[in-house]
Amino acid sequence: MAVGSGGLQDKPWTDPKAEPFVRVQGVSKHFGDVAAVNGVDLNIYRGEFFALLGASGCGKTTLLRMLAGFETPSAGKIFIDGVDMADIPPYRRPVNMMFQSYALFPHMTVGQNVAFGLQQEGVAKAEIADRVAEMLDLVQIKALATRKPDQLSGGQRQRVALARALVKRPKLVLLDEPLGALDRKLREQTQFELVNIQEKLGATFVIVTHDQEEAMTMATRVCVMNAGMVEQVGAPAEVYEYPNSRFVADFIGTANLFEGVVTEAGAGETRIVSPELGGDIVVGTGGTAAVGATVSVMVRPEKIQVVPGGNADPAYNSAEGIVRDIAYLGDVSVYHVELASGKRVQFTRANLLHTADTPISWDDTVRFQWHPANGILLVI
Amino acid sequence: MTGRTPWFVISVLILGYLFLYGPIFSLVFYSFNESRLVTVWAGFSTRWYGELMHNDALLSGAWLSLQIAFLTACAAVVLGTLAAFALIRFGNFRGRTLFAGMVTAPLVMPEVITGLSLLLLFVAMESVLGGPKRGMMTIVIAHATFATAYVTVVVQSRLGQLDMSLEEAAMDLGARPFKVVRVITLPLIWPAMLAGWLLAFTLSFDDLVVATFTSGPGAKTLPMEVFSSVRMGVSPQINALATIFIVVVTSAVVIANQLAFRRRA
Repeated sequence: MAVGSGGLQDKPWTDPKAEPFVRVQGVSKHFGDVAAVNGVDLNIYRGEFFALLGASGCGKTTLLRMLAGFETPSAGKIFIDGVDMADIPPYRRPVNMMFQSYALFPHMTVGQNVAFGLQQEGVAKAEIADRVAEMLDLVQIKALATRKPDQLSGGQRQRVALARALVKRPKLVLLDEPLGALDRKLREQTQFELVNIQEKLGATFVIVTHDQEEAMTMATRVCVMNAGMVEQVGAPAEVYEYPNSRFVADFIGTANLFEGVVTEAGAGETRIVSPELGGDIVVGTGGTAAVGATVSVMVRPEKIQVVPGGNADPAYNSAEGIVRDIAYLGDVSVYHVELASGKRVQFTRANLLHTADTPISWDDTVRFQWHPANGILLVI
Repeated sequence: MTGRTPWFVISVLILGYLFLYGPIFSLVFYSFNESRLVTVWAGFSTRWYGELMHNDALLSGAWLSLQIAFLTACAAVVLGTLAAFALIRFGNFRGRTLFAGMVTAPLVMPEVITGLSLLLLFVAMESVLGGPKRGMMTIVIAHATFATAYVTVVVQSRLGQLDMSLEEAAMDLGARPFKVVRVITLPLIWPAMLAGWLLAFTLSFDDLVVATFTSGPGAKTLPMEVFSSVRMGVSPQINALATIFIVVVTSAVVIANQLAFRRRA
C-alpha cells in the first residue's frame, strides 16, 4: 500500500517550519440551514497526493469545489501558495480540476478539449500543438486526438479529462472521484498510473474519493471526513493502525470493536472489563481514560490469531467462540466467530498451505488471541 | 400479437389519419383544379397559382406577415432564452414559481383573451403615452408575448439537460464568464434556440385572432386578408395559397422538431 509516499523524500507535515502549499483555515459552508462543511482546518504541502475520504454527503466535494472557486466559503479562509483566494474567481486560480462527470466539451474533439485551457492563456499556436501532443502522449491517447468525446470509451474519456486538467501545468490539481466510473481492473491499473504521472509532474494533487482502498493506495496522506468535519488526517498506515475514533476505525478497513469499562489505568497499559468479549482486555496503545470510563477497544481482523490447542498465551487477550461464517477469498479466509455474548468477531488467516482442505470449519469452537500492543483504545 | 393481421387496429389507424389529413389533402388537391368552383373537378391546372401572383392584397399581406413573423421570432428567441436561463440557472429565487407560471401562461391562455387584453393595453398606452400607433409594431409585440412562452419551454428543456460542470470546466480552464457562454453554452443550446425561432415564426405567421385584435388601419396580415376574402366566397386562389402555407409551415415544424429532439451525434 501507499505507493504514493515514495514521491516525497521527507514528510513535510512532520516539519513544523514547513510552509503549507494549501492552507484551509476554519472553513465552513452552509447551504440554507445545512452545514456541508463545518470548521475545517487543513494544511496540504507541495508535492503531496492528498486524499479527501468520506461517505457521500460528508462535504468532501464541497471542500474541493471551494478550492476550485465554484463555491464561496461561508466562513474561514483558503490560501493557495500563500495567496488568499477569497476574491479570486475560478478562471484566475492556479488550479485545475478534473470533474467526476469528466465534463468534456461534446462539440469539440479530444485535441480541442485539451487545447482549450492553453487557448484561454493566449499561448502561441505552435506551442499549444506541442503541449497537447505531449500531454496526450503522457496519458497514452495520442491516436484519439481527432475523435469526439462520445466516440470514446469511459477509460479514454477519463484520460482526456486528466490531460485537460494537467495541460496548463497547474500548481494544484483537484480530482473529483476521478476513477469512480471505471470498472475495477481498469481502476486499479489507473491508480498506479495516476501516481506515476503526479510524481513525474511534481504537482500537488488533491483527490476526492469515497473508496478507502483507492485513497490508501494513492495518497501520501488521507483526510477522513464525516458530516462536514475532519475526523483524522494522516498517512494511510497511520490512519489504519492508529485511528483516533470509532468512526475512523470503522470507516477504514474492518474493525472489531469491543465496548468495556476501564478498571485499571496504568502507565502503559489499560485494563478494561468487557462483557461483550466475556473477560478482561488489556490495551497497550491509543487514548487514555480514567477508571470507570466507558471505552472501546479496536482490533483489526489480521491481528487476531487462532490458538491451535485452545490454550491461549496468558500475556494475550483471548476468547472463545463458534465459527458462523467463512469467506474464502483465495489469499486469505475471513472467519466470523460468534462469542457467548452474541457479539461477532472477524478475523482473517492467510492461506499459507497449498491445500483445498479447510482447517477450520463451520460450527467449530475456536479460541483466538491478540497481543495487547495490537489493540487500540478508543475514547470517542 | 399471434401473427394474425390486426384488422381492427389498422382500420382505426386509417380512419384516424383520414379524419386528420383528409381535408388538408382535398384542399391541396383542389388547388390544382381548373374550375372556378372549389368542389367540382375540371382537370389539372396551375392557373390559380398564377393568379395568386397578381393578387396585390394577398401579396402585400404575405409580405407584412413575413416581416412580422421574422421580428417576432427574433424578439421571442432573445426573451425566451433569457427567461430559460433565469429559470434554470438562478436557483430558487424569490418569485421563481410565479415567474415560471407567468412565462408559460400564454401557452394555455385563450387567444381571444390575449388579443383583447393587449388591445386594451395598446389603447390605454396610446391615450396616456401617445404611442405606439396600432399597426405592424403592435402585432409584433403581441405575437412576441405568446411566442416567447414557446421558446422558453424549448430552450429551458435543453438547458436543463446541459451538464453544468461543462461551464465550470471551461471557467476552471481560464475562460471568463462571457467567453464561457459564447464558446460552450451557446454552441450547445443553439439547436434549441433555432427550433424556438422556427416555432415562433410559424406561430406568428399563422395567427389570425391576436393580429385582428391588435392591428390598426392599413396593417392586414396574410391570415386576416384570407379570412376577409373567404367571407366573399372561397376562391381557388385561397386553396393555392393554403397549399403554399402548408408546405412552408410543415417544413419549418419538421426542421424545428429535428433540431429540438435530435440527439447530438
